[in-house]
Amino acid sequence: MPDFLLEIGCEEIPARMIDAAARELREHLQTLLQRERLGPAGAIMNLDTPRRLAVLASGVPASQLDLTEQVSGPSAQIAYKDGQPTPAAHAFAKKVGVDVAKLEKVSTPKGEYLAATVTRKGRAAAEILAETLPKEISTLYWPKNMYWRKRGEVFVRPVRWLVAMLDEQVVPLELFGIAAQKTSRGHRIMSSGAVAISKPGVYVEALRGAKVLGAAEREQVIRKALDAATRTIPGARWREDKPLVATVVNLTEFPSVILGSFDPEFLDLPEEVLVTVMRDHQKYFAIEDANGKLLPHFLAVLNTAADSDGLIRHGNERVLRARFNDARFFWQTDQKQTLRQRVDWLRNVTFQKDLGSYYEKTLRVQHMASWLSERVKQSGIAVRPGIVHKAALLAKTDLTTELVKEFTELQGIVGGLYARVQPLDEGIKPDVQLEISKAIYDHYKPESMEDAAPAKVEGAVLSIADKADSIAGMFALGLIPSGSKDPFALRRQANGIVKTISEHNLPLRLSEIMSDARLRYRGSEAEKKFSNAAYAESVRSFFRERLEFYLKEARGYAYDVVNAVLAVDSDDVVDAVARAEAVSKVRGSADFESISSAFKRMKNILRQACEKTKVIAMRVDLASLQEDSEKELAGLIPQTAATVEKLRPARDYEGALLEIAKLRPAIDKFFDEVMVMVDDNNLRANRLALLQTVVKEFSTIADFSEIVTEGKESTK
Amino acid sequence: MNSSKSNSLTFQQLILKLQAFYAERGAVIQQPYDVEVGAGTMAPETFLRVLGPNPYKVAYVQPSRRPADGRYGENPNRLFKHLQLQVILKPPPENVQELYLESLGAIGIDLRQHDVKFEEDNWEAPTLGAWGIGWQVMLDGLEVTQFTYFQQCGGVDLDPISVELTYGLERLCAFLQDMDSIYDIVWARDPETGREVKYAEVRLADEQQFSVYNFEAADVKSAWKHFELCEAECKSLIDGYAVLARDKSEGDGIAPEKSRFPLLGAYDLCLKCSHYFNILDARGAISVTERVGVIARVRALAVSIAKAWMDQQYSTEKKTQDHDQAAAPGAKEKKGKLTPVG
Repeated sequence: MPDFLLEIGCEEIPARMIDAAARELREHLQTLLQRERLGPAGAIMNLDTPRRLAVLASGVPASQLDLTEQVSGPSAQIAYKDGQPTPAAHAFAKKVGVDVAKLEKVSTPKGEYLAATVTRKGRAAAEILAETLPKEISTLYWPKNMYWRKRGEVFVRPVRWLVAMLDEQVVPLELFGIAAQKTSRGHRIMSSGAVAISKPGVYVEALRGAKVLGAAEREQVIRKALDAATRTIPGARWREDKPLVATVVNLTEFPSVILGSFDPEFLDLPEEVLVTVMRDHQKYFAIEDANGKLLPHFLAVLNTAADSDGLIRHGNERVLRARFNDARFFWQTDQKQTLRQRVDWLRNVTFQKDLGSYYEKTLRVQHMASWLSERVKQSGIAVRPGIVHKAALLAKTDLTTELVKEFTELQGIVGGLYARVQPLDEGIKPDVQLEISKAIYDHYKPESMEDAAPAKVEGAVLSIADKADSIAGMFALGLIPSGSKDPFALRRQANGIVKTISEHNLPLRLSEIMSDARLRYRGSEAEKKFSNAAYAESVRSFFRERLEFYLKEARGYAYDVVNAVLAVDSDDVVDAVARAEAVSKVRGSADFESISSAFKRMKNILRQACEKTKVIAMRVDLASLQEDSEKELAGLIPQTAATVEKLRPARDYEGALLEIAKLRPAIDKFFDEVMVMVDDNNLRANRLALLQTVVKEFSTIADFSEIVTEGKESTK
Repeated sequence: MNSSKSNSLTFQQLILKLQAFYAERGAVIQQPYDVEVGAGTMAPETFLRVLGPNPYKVAYVQPSRRPADGRYGENPNRLFKHLQLQVILKPPPENVQELYLESLGAIGIDLRQHDVKFEEDNWEAPTLGAWGIGWQVMLDGLEVTQFTYFQQCGGVDLDPISVELTYGLERLCAFLQDMDSIYDIVWARDPETGREVKYAEVRLADEQQFSVYNFEAADVKSAWKHFELCEAECKSLIDGYAVLARDKSEGDGIAPEKSRFPLLGAYDLCLKCSHYFNILDARGAISVTERVGVIARVRALAVSIAKAWMDQQYSTEKKTQDHDQAAAPGAKEKKGKLTPVG
């Protein structure tokens, strides 16, 4: 069976988009081949570079197999009259292209129907691919695309050539005004251009000859070359940076690495600044010594074979020197105004057009952070509100510095660094100043689920207040994230709040934080623009999703455990984590499995009772219970409930769950022996009340009915 | 480059070589636009030429003033006013990237000895209602050119699109001459005496004084007044054109009246507004609440002018287009009023 090759030759695709697009193209091809009964016998592999997305499928049949199928037609009653075919039968026969005499009859539950056995001739693969691929290619998702020929005809960048072949044959595909050929292109500079592809099987080698490597090989080459270049400096190692590796892999077709140096004098600048310049602006890797201290060297990944006369190294060193000089210049200029003096300048920095300036935000956050730190302090956690208060005042001032204007990703970090070296207040103790600077430094953290929360509780409280203020303002304006639309990264900020509360074990309820954040806007100009009447509800459901995400993705709890836990309460993060942990521990046990099933059953009975509007007694009337097993169960409830309540304050949820699991024999016996939905109204109402009491009393840790037990799906 | 300075291009040679390169490829070599602009894109040779269907190729050096970027001549890499070589190719040729790379060869860069990358960088100018998709071209780690496929300008979807190449001339020259400071670039070299004129000699005073002016001396009240006067006059011109286009029917002798209407004058006034906005911004005179609003005001002018320009230059043609094309294929070139735009 032939091999199939598709290569979309393109002007440079943004590095960040290549991997996802390559995966999607492979999936599209896979689906297409299966749908068209051309399912490849072999694997589908891809080869992607900035200038091409290519997929290779081995063992694609040259054409579809003929397909024989039975097509059903009108009912026999209509199709025949007095044994003679009616016009309906003729019409059907014509439609399916079969002689009327060859029509068959099949019996179905609905009666006898006409049918025809039809053989559809398989079509040639080339024909199908030429017809269907344009749609598969043009529906690839790009975060940002463009048109260059006609409006409405878009792709990530202009497509300049196409290769589509089944073995030696060109698949006559045409797209963006380009007809597929058997000619690819090699490396921009290192090859002479056109690369003839005789058949798909030689594609990879032909490209290698034209200095183009696949992504996996590029990564291997880059990592090896980074190691090799670093080995020339004794004791040194390059700083692993997976996102950066991924970027440079997708910026090159034929990579190599050079080692460059910079003046050690620049090491006086904070490491954060140097590394940001190298990584974010120049895509260089930093090099450190055995103690993790930065060395005055860097590694640059080139899209060419080598730098024999050192020209490229020299150029890169020159650029880095200019960048570092700029950074130093900014650093020195910034010292002319202290952070304290800059507070007032924040009046001129927009936070959000309807929410006013960063000055106003600063005041709100400062009040809120102070209030939060008092709350945290009351619960016995050691926190210094004075530090929070001062750090909150200065936290945003670095937005007015030259360094942050130039390197926006260093916001917060620069403020923290300046707060460490500048005079903050007369007579301020060095340790206090250090703590203030740390809180400022950390207050944007965590910036992702992988990023650490602020190290100290003061930074944690400030981080929460800052993020809550942003979320509150946006939600009040009705700017709620939906689908892929989240321009202010509110989800990430909310994730940050959840993670920070959890990691610092803060006794703060999300609703309480968010209602306080909303209150801080009271009487402001911004408030006049607030339009979201359902603020509390929209914030609640937003944070429930964030907590769910945190429990599943960051903590790895099973989805049913998370559902069970959040069904009870999704407001107290620390408590939810503790409950999820306890439920995860006990869920495997036989008793708990059985309890979960029993709860499902109880809830079903109660639901059906409600649907049938059966009366449920207000409370269980012990005297009118009849069977021993129901009396026993009723008798156990108060004492088990009491034990559970005793364990609750210490959050010994595992102990509480084990206690509840002890009800299993009683519950099993109850269901074995007692019929709930009896005809006797009073008895039924009383038994329903008993079930309701069990469900209510013992669903305060998790809704057990959400737990998926063996062989059964969750109710949701 | 380890070349000695005497054999690398001077600043003016660099400009001449690039201009010659594009002249040889059929571009009009325009002269810099003589109203203050923040970027070559704002000159009418780009802003207005990319609108409408007519093919056009142009290259010009454009001094670009960004008052807030001034550094009193103290920073070796930052300037209040820098020079861009602006190239517009409409529509973009299929080999536009190769063409661009050739231009680097024309200024003495042997790409086989260097590292070139096209890194994603999309461009947007909110005050112009313009945006595009493209790259920054990196040469040995240095951004030497902004390469943009225009998609929209003045709020108008472009058809055909144009490619815009913007070379940062000081930066490129510093690379060629291997200088750490822009001020050390050799601007000119006397072929007879070998005497060199440095960039500082030509431009340092400019940087120093305009930094002082833009950051300290510019009179905020007058700048606002200038802004408002220009805006008001620009608006009244735009309104005047709208009345003309709306109230009079064809055949009233309307076509000549429309075609001589000074939309180009209105555009100059819009550029003035943009420049005064930049000065006010550098002076720190625009508050948070005002800022967004002022940008929107300039944008409104630019967008209105673009729409009016489309109407003025191309609406009457549509009626004659078929005829023109039937008469002479390629009539597109001479079609339209071809009002001199510069």
